[in-house]
Amino acid sequence: MPGYFQTAAAGGAAVALDEVEISILRSLAVQLLELIGPGEPAGGAEPADPLAELFAEGPTRPPQDPALARLFPDAYEEEADSSDFRRYTEIDLRARKRDDALAVVRSLDALTPGGDGGAVLTLDTAQARQWLGTLNDLRLTMGTRLEVSDDEGSELYRLPDSDPRKPLVMAYLWLGALQESLVETLMP
Amino acid sequence: MGHVSVAPAEIERTESSEAPFEVPSPDVPWVTVVHNDPVNLMSYVTYVFQAYFGYPKDKATKLMLDVHHKGRAVVSSGTREEMERDVQALHGYGLWATLTQDR
Repeated sequence: MPGYFQTAAAGGAAVALDEVEISILRSLAVQLLELIGPGEPAGGAEPADPLAELFAEGPTRPPQDPALARLFPDAYEEEADSSDFRRYTEIDLRARKRDDALAVVRSLDALTPGGDGGAVLTLDTAQARQWLGTLNDLRLTMGTRLEVSDDEGSELYRLPDSDPRKPLVMAYLWLGALQESLVETLMP
Repeated sequence: MGHVSVAPAEIERTESSEAPFEVPSPDVPWVTVVHNDPVNLMSYVTYVFQAYFGYPKDKATKLMLDVHHKGRAVVSSGTREEMERDVQALHGYGLWATLTQDR
């Protein structure tokens, strides 16, 4: 089954990707990295001072961008509690998501494509978890942009080729299938 | 915080005419609630409940279905600190989770 993850012989997961798939995945992961960014420091902490960075407080309000707001949701229904929680957790959460996306880019860059530009990507269990996280973050981001709903008969899945959202929907569905296959290899 | 008692040592129980303060009782557990969202895969949500909480597949699947059909489900309970840890971890997994005191 080309294009989907399977359990690798030594544990972990493997998938055969063609040149276009490698390029799309890399591009999406880089876009995710740019979207997540370093986060907005709350105070005017001097980035040159590692100690200040260590104690830097995160933001107290949800991100304005709806996709980011979905990646970093409120933890409480009460705004004051959510602000406190966010201040102490969002920087770490952003760092973790960035690390995962970076691992995805690195593993794609480490491939040695064959003559047709395709390659087999093999991940150990730790890498597979990072891929799983990034695939999910990407789908959350794309799903928010597309305003995906629980409605399976949504027009999103019947768009004409001329619709500008079509490529994003196709990529969204493909990543869903890719993630589904990766989850299966990781199921305890 | 779990070791700090909010109950005053000397409480005059006889004078109860005044309305009692609304002090959140430390005995009332906090809960982590996962909310339904249209993007997360059902298999992925089940996986997260198994991988993070160590729940058996049956329990993880039932919780996932509760989230899906009822819109939300309580997935863990404990102290506020424990629930904050769970919520932070679930946000890491991309699940939409909140914590609240179970009243």
